[in-house]
Amino acid sequence: MKWEVVIGLEVHVQLNTATKIFSGTSTAFGAEPNTQASAVELAFPGVLPVMNKAVVEKAIRLGLALGSKINQKNVFARKNYFYPDLPKGYQISQMELPIVEGGVLPILVGEEEKLVKLTRAHMEEDAGKSLHEDFSGMTGIDLNRAGTPLLEVVSEPDMRSPEEAVAYARALHSLVMWLGICDGNMQEGSFRVDANVSVRPFGQQEFGTRREIKNLNSFRFLEQAIKYEIQWQIDTLEDGGRVEQATVLFDPDSGETRMMRSKEDAHDYRYFPDPDLLPVRISDEQIARIRSEMPELPSAMKARFVEAFGVSAYDAALLTGSRATAEYFEAVAQASGQGKLAANWVNGEIAARLNREGKDIGDCPISAERLTGLIQRIADNTLSSKLAKQVFDALWDSDLSADAIIERDGLKQVSDVGAIEKMVEEAIAANPKAVEEFRAGKEKALNALAGQVMKASKGKANPAQVQEILKQKLA
Amino acid sequence: MTNATLKQLSQQLAAGAVSSVELATQYLDRIEALNPQLNAFITVDRARTLADAAAADAARTAGNAGLLTGVPMVHKDIFCQQGWKTSCGSKMLDNFISPYSAHVVEQCNAAGLITLGRANMDEFAMGSSNENSYYGAVKNPWDLNAIPGGSSGGSAAAVAARLTPVATATDTGGSIRQPASHCGVTGIKPTYGVVSRYGMVAYASSLDQGGPIAQTAEDCALMLNVMAGFDERDSTSLERAREDYTRDLNQPLAGLRVGLPREYFADGLDADVAKVIEDAVAELKKQGAQVVDISLPNTELSIPAYYVIAPAEASTNLSRYDGVRYGHRAADYKDLVDMYEKTRAEGFGAEVKRRILVGSYVLSHGYYDAYYLKAQKIRRLIANDFTAAFAQCDVILGPVAPTAAFNIGEKSGDPVQMYLSDIYTLSVNLAGLPGMSVPAGFDRQGRPVGLQIIGNYFGEAKMLNVAHQFQLATDWHTRAPAL
Repeated sequence: MKWEVVIGLEVHVQLNTATKIFSGTSTAFGAEPNTQASAVELAFPGVLPVMNKAVVEKAIRLGLALGSKINQKNVFARKNYFYPDLPKGYQISQMELPIVEGGVLPILVGEEEKLVKLTRAHMEEDAGKSLHEDFSGMTGIDLNRAGTPLLEVVSEPDMRSPEEAVAYARALHSLVMWLGICDGNMQEGSFRVDANVSVRPFGQQEFGTRREIKNLNSFRFLEQAIKYEIQWQIDTLEDGGRVEQATVLFDPDSGETRMMRSKEDAHDYRYFPDPDLLPVRISDEQIARIRSEMPELPSAMKARFVEAFGVSAYDAALLTGSRATAEYFEAVAQASGQGKLAANWVNGEIAARLNREGKDIGDCPISAERLTGLIQRIADNTLSSKLAKQVFDALWDSDLSADAIIERDGLKQVSDVGAIEKMVEEAIAANPKAVEEFRAGKEKALNALAGQVMKASKGKANPAQVQEILKQKLA
Repeated sequence: MTNATLKQLSQQLAAGAVSSVELATQYLDRIEALNPQLNAFITVDRARTLADAAAADAARTAGNAGLLTGVPMVHKDIFCQQGWKTSCGSKMLDNFISPYSAHVVEQCNAAGLITLGRANMDEFAMGSSNENSYYGAVKNPWDLNAIPGGSSGGSAAAVAARLTPVATATDTGGSIRQPASHCGVTGIKPTYGVVSRYGMVAYASSLDQGGPIAQTAEDCALMLNVMAGFDERDSTSLERAREDYTRDLNQPLAGLRVGLPREYFADGLDADVAKVIEDAVAELKKQGAQVVDISLPNTELSIPAYYVIAPAEASTNLSRYDGVRYGHRAADYKDLVDMYEKTRAEGFGAEVKRRILVGSYVLSHGYYDAYYLKAQKIRRLIANDFTAAFAQCDVILGPVAPTAAFNIGEKSGDPVQMYLSDIYTLSVNLAGLPGMSVPAGFDRQGRPVGLQIIGNYFGEAKMLNVAHQFQLATDWHTRAPAL
C-alpha cells in the first residue's frame, strides 16, 4: 500500500526578554542552579504574577509577520499538573483565547515554495529543570528556567514529509531570529520542536492516529525522529497492528522513538482562566506601532531583490534565508551595482566556504565592503573569473582589500592591445600547424592558439581580447 | 487604656501620655492573660514587639512620628510578614517563616504601626466558624461556647476582647463581616482591587480582599487609609488616586437612600436578628434616611455559585503546597507521587481537602461548562442585580448572617448548613462590591448582631459615613465583653 505522511509541528520559541514572563527575575542562561529564581518562581505563599509587557510585543511581532489575527483580548489560563519543576502546580499558559490565531508560513521544499498554515501561537511560562543524573537516588530541581517566556507556535497538519517538516522548522527558526524575538540557540533549548506524526493510505480523507514526538532540539534529530516514526507506524499497520495515540520520546543514541505515555495516561489539565491576571488587551495603536517598527519581512525583501537587482526567485529565496545574509547581500549589491554577480558570489563561493567551515554569515571573514571590491574588479574586467577565485581565497585569509591583493600578487588582467598582439604573434609563429588547421576551417585550432597565449600571459591576458586579436591576425 | 480606640491611642501617643512600649506591654499582658481562653493568636513574640515599640518611641522622640506611629495592631496569619511564622492556620505552613512581607504589612509598617502578634483563622481562610484552624478553634469573647465567626475569627475576637485596637483581616465570602458581626466589632471589606493581594496567601483569587477590623467605623477609615492603594505587584490592584476614607465621616445622612433587599428579610432570618436590623434602620430614618424597597433576586444562587468558584480557584491555588520547597513534607514516602499524597493528606485539614476535591471536580474535563462556566454566568447576574439596585439607593442595608453566633460544634458536622449561613455575605464578594458590618445590638442570648452595609463600587467613604453617624447615635460599638 502507498502511505501518505501527515505532520504538524508545535514549536516552543523562547522569547529573548531580559526578565521572566511574570516577574522581574533575569532570564540569562547558564547561571548557578536556582540563583535566578525569586519568590515568584519558587511559588511562595502570597506571590502573584505580573505580566511582562515585552512578551506581548514579541508575540504580536510574530503574529504580524505570519499574517495572523492578533486577538486584541486574550486570556491567560492555568494548566494544572503536579511536578517538582513546576512549583505552583500549574503552568500559566493560554487556552481558549490565545494572542495569535491563523496565518501562513511559506517554506522552500527543493526549489518549490509551499504555504504552511498556522493554527495559533500562545504565550506561556517555561517550567524549571529536573536533574536526574547528578544526584544518586534523588532528583535535583533547578528553577532558573522557570518563568522564562515561551511562545508556543502550532501549525496545521500541513506537512507531508520529513523534509517539509524540517523546512518548516527552519523557516520558523529563521523568522523568529529575523524578527529579533528569539536567540534561536537550539542547544540551550531556545527553540524546541514537538512533532505530531501520522500516516494514512493515499487518497484517504480522514487522518490516521497520531503520535507526538516531544522535545526535539535539532533539525537533524527532527528529521531522524520523524523518519523513524513514519517507518514504525507503517510497519505496525502493515503487520496488521494499530497505532495508538501516544506521546513518545526520541533517543538520539539509538535513533528510535519510544513511548512516554499513552492516551489513557493523559492528564486532565483542568484549564481555567487565571484569576490573578487580567485579560491582555491590545489596542489598534499598539498594533500599528509594532507594525511600523517591524523589520522588512523576508517575503517582501525577496520580491524587492528580484525587482531591484534582477536576481532569480530561487536566488532571492536563498538570500533571504536569514536577515544577516539578506543584509550582507544587499550591501554588496547596492555598493557594487552588480546584483546578479553579488547573488552568485553570496549564494555560491561565500555560502560554500561558510558551510565547509561551519560558520555563519555573521562570522564571514570577508566583509560586504571587501566583497564589493572584488565584484567591482570582476565587473570592470580587471579580473577574469579564474583570477577572481584566486583573489577571493586571498581575501578570505587576509584583511587586505581586493585591489591590494591584485597589486601585491600582480593579478591584474592584461588588456593592453600591444602586449597581447605581441604574444599572439609569438604564438602564431611558434604553432604553424595549428595556424594551418585553422585556415583549413578547423575552428577548434583557434582555442589551442588562445590557450598558448593565455599560458604565455600566466592567465592574465583578457581572454576575449585574445580571441579577437587572434582572429584579426589570422584573417 | 486597652479599651481605647485607634484614634484615641494615636492622640495619647502624640500627647506623650503613654509610650508605645507601655502600650504594647499593656496589650501583651492582656493577651497573655486572656488568650489561653480565647485562642485568638497563633503567634505572639513579646521581645520582638517590644523592640519594635521601642523603635517607634525613638522615632517619635526624633520627631519622625506619623499619625499611627507606635500604635499596636494584629495581623491575620494570612498576611506574609517577614521573619514571622505565616501559617495561614494550617499544619502545611506550620514551619513557614515568611522571607518577605505582604503589601498590607509593608504599608502598616511604613505607617509606624507595630505588630502584637498573628491572629488565628480558619485554615487557608476556609470556614465560617474558625473551627477549621490547625491551632484549634477560637472562642467568642462574648460567650466562650460560641464560635467567633470565620475565617477572620482571631482578628475579630482579639478586637472584641480588647487584645488589640485593630486587626487586619480578609474577606472571600464574608470572612471580615461575619466574625465582626458575631464579635460585636466593626469591619470593612473594600471593593475588590482596593487593597493589594500581594503577600496575602491566596484562597480564591477573584474574591479575596483584605480589610480592617476595629471598634469603630472611624478607626476602620484610618486603617483603610493605610492598607489601601495601588500596588503594581498585584495585577488586579486598581490604579486610582489615593483616597482619604475619613473625608465624609461627618456628613449628615439627610436624604440618604437606603435599600432594603426583600430577599434579606425572608424565611430563615432569626427574629432577634431581624429586630436588631429593623431598629438600626429606624435609627437611620430618624437621621433623615429614606428607605427604599429593593430586590436582589439571585441572592439564593450566590451559595452554589460561590461554592463552585471559590473551591475551583482554591484547588489550584493550593497546589503549590507539595512538600518540595517549603512547608510540611511527609516523613516517609516511597516515590514522588507517594510524597505528594502523604504530604497533602497530612498537611491539610478536612475542610480544605473538601474544597480541593470540589474545586478539582468542577474544573474537570466534561464538567467545566456545567459548573464553573455556569457559576460565572450566575456571578454576572448577581452583579447585575446590584447595579439595578444601586440605581435606586445609595447603600444597601441588611443582616450579615441569619443568626447570631452559633455554638462551637453545632454545625461543624454539616458543611452544607455551615455554607447556608453565608447567604447574606457571598453575593457581595461575587459582585466585587464593598461591604461592612457595624455592631447594632444583641440577640436574646446576649450574642452580638451586626448590621451589614453594602456600598456601590468605591463607595467605602459613603459606607463609613453611614456607619460613623450610626455610631455617634448608638453605643453598641463601645460595649465590651466581660472577661
